[in-house]
Amino acid sequence: MNAVRTFITARRDARAWHWTDVFTYAYLALGILLMFGPVVWLALSSFKTQAGLVEFPPTFLPLAQVEVPVEGYEDPLPLFRVTMEDGSVRELAQIRRIGIVAQMVDPADPENVMRLPIADREPIREFALAWKNYIDPLQKFNFVRYLYNSVFVTAAATLITLLINSMAAYGLAIYEFKGRNFVLAFVIGTLMIPITVILVPVYLVVTELGMVNSLWGVIIPGAATPTGVFLLRQYMLTIPRDLIEAARMDKASEWSIYWRIVMPLSLPALAVLAIFSIMWRWNDFLWPLIVLTRSENYTLQIGLNSFQGELNVQWHYVLAMTVVTLLPVTVVFAFLQRFITTGIASTGMK
Amino acid sequence: MAHLQLTHVKKSYGMVEVIHDAGLEISDGEFVVLVGPSGCGKSTLLRMIAGLEEVTSGDIHIDGARVNNIPASDRGLAMVFQSYALYPHMSVYKNMAFGLENSHMPRPEIDQRVRRAAEMLRISDYLERKPKALSGGQRQRVAIGRAIVREPKIFLFDEPLSNLDAELRVAMRKELAALHHEIGGTMIYVTHDQIEAMTLANRIVVLNGGHIEQVGAPLDLYNKPANLFVAGFIGSPKMNFFEGTVSAANTAETTMTLGEGTLTLPFALERSAGDKITVGVRPEHIDLADKGAGDLNVVVDLSEQLGGETYFYATPEAAADQSQITVHQLGQRLLGRGEVLGLKLRPHQVHVFGADGGILRHGPGES
Repeated sequence: MNAVRTFITARRDARAWHWTDVFTYAYLALGILLMFGPVVWLALSSFKTQAGLVEFPPTFLPLAQVEVPVEGYEDPLPLFRVTMEDGSVRELAQIRRIGIVAQMVDPADPENVMRLPIADREPIREFALAWKNYIDPLQKFNFVRYLYNSVFVTAAATLITLLINSMAAYGLAIYEFKGRNFVLAFVIGTLMIPITVILVPVYLVVTELGMVNSLWGVIIPGAATPTGVFLLRQYMLTIPRDLIEAARMDKASEWSIYWRIVMPLSLPALAVLAIFSIMWRWNDFLWPLIVLTRSENYTLQIGLNSFQGELNVQWHYVLAMTVVTLLPVTVVFAFLQRFITTGIASTGMK
Repeated sequence: MAHLQLTHVKKSYGMVEVIHDAGLEISDGEFVVLVGPSGCGKSTLLRMIAGLEEVTSGDIHIDGARVNNIPASDRGLAMVFQSYALYPHMSVYKNMAFGLENSHMPRPEIDQRVRRAAEMLRISDYLERKPKALSGGQRQRVAIGRAIVREPKIFLFDEPLSNLDAELRVAMRKELAALHHEIGGTMIYVTHDQIEAMTLANRIVVLNGGHIEQVGAPLDLYNKPANLFVAGFIGSPKMNFFEGTVSAANTAETTMTLGEGTLTLPFALERSAGDKITVGVRPEHIDLADKGAGDLNVVVDLSEQLGGETYFYATPEAAADQSQITVHQLGQRLLGRGEVLGLKLRPHQVHVFGADGGILRHGPGES
């Protein structure tokens, strides 16, 4: 706790504020607002009721109207704060609303029904979490199935991506052959082709291979990424050649140099690519939407889309499930992010 | 244990030829040191033997079998790299066992070999450590251990001591010599340090600019250098060279100009008056004399007192273009900067080189 306090009140000079301190904190605060604002808004909104979401002006916290049981009425009645004609303020329960007039009753005196203009009353609200937003879709929709599909696609695609990209990178980094740079430029060049351009041809290929409506149809087409090959190749170039040659002298086969020397030493780069791949695959929307048409094959992102009808969007479900969808990838990132910063493996060389 | 033969080996990178027609034979159990200044091709030659570089032309035979097209992994050699090249993610034990695992040796035998080598190199206590946690000398031992466990036909060392500090280098040098006696393998060792070459080698191969300049036992090279390069390269401090012209020659002696004076050599040379020659004299073969009494007068630039011995660096008084002369004296001699004294070259121990740099004649030795 103390460490946290020291950390967030750190200053250039412990005794006085320097303008750079003020500037830094202001800048960081702005950054936090920009980065975290939408996420916090999403999380809070996911706990709002359907009515609370469309309310204007919107509230920051999820609020629900206080309801009280009143004698003689079956359901609890919503409670309002009413300014009476004489200026006094009373808390009354509303029985029903007719046009601009509300029939209201004092919960303490249920016999005496008053007719008051709606402009004079204001709802009394309290902080309440609408767990229903989470429970309903988890029960009604095939959420577990979507989750399984998403996890399977992400895990399988990431493993395949790491394997084949590192092999390509190994070839381009370790071997010297004519046209090596051309091949690399060619691989990187494919970055310039947007996915929308190749959507149709790739779809045709996937159809021919009978992979429509199969998770493999989502996994395989995107498994080889130029970004991954380039990232790993550049990292592998930093592995001292002596190590590879020492392994050759040690009778190591090419496979064993790749698997036992180069792969372990490329771990930081592999971790970075793994994080990227997990994020790409988890958040991927367009391609799965095209390939997967049967709902039992939906990934989470496509599942989320199904809350969005042509006429009616169930925002409270969309928001709640978005939060659930965010959680796994956040956890993965939290565990692997240190690899992004610790780029360099110790090489054991002097 | 093996016999290595290089015949007309050449190596070029594109148009640039870096090894010109190297021929060399190394017999079983020999410790051969390839020595030369940086860029002379000694590492390239070693890497060609190892199989890490392709041979442009010529043949390499190991035990009579041509190995030009046999990959490094199948030549049965082991190499110790300048950078040690230990696998940083493996423990010392794994590092040493890696080569054996690759040849599918049964576990117990791997274990036995690794432990025996570790004991020999006194690294048994570090077997579970990662290379990162070792000092330079310990890493070096591991690198050597990795070669020993393989029991290779030939050990190849590529400047293995150049990353160590001076003290460790001397210690490791002794250990390497002891190791060679103990395991008795054929070893080829590359270095640019001629002291390492002199102390370790059975035979030294001096390389310069891709040519093999001379091959021979350390003292042969020291006493009978074949050319100016070898004469200058072997020995520390360097041999002194004096350029001059033959002024008179007969069957008994040769007289040459030396600066503004003359030097008479007590032997005949196949040269006639007017020919340019170079005389080489080692620092320990020069005696001090009074000013004017020696072969030439010099001005002392610097003297280094090492206690048991003294080195002087001096410039000839007469000719400003002559390079610095190094003189070695036993014992302690105090001489101040700027002092002028005479030097006497021991004529029996000079080496005379022709204008092309080749040896004409060695002095007859102690007289």
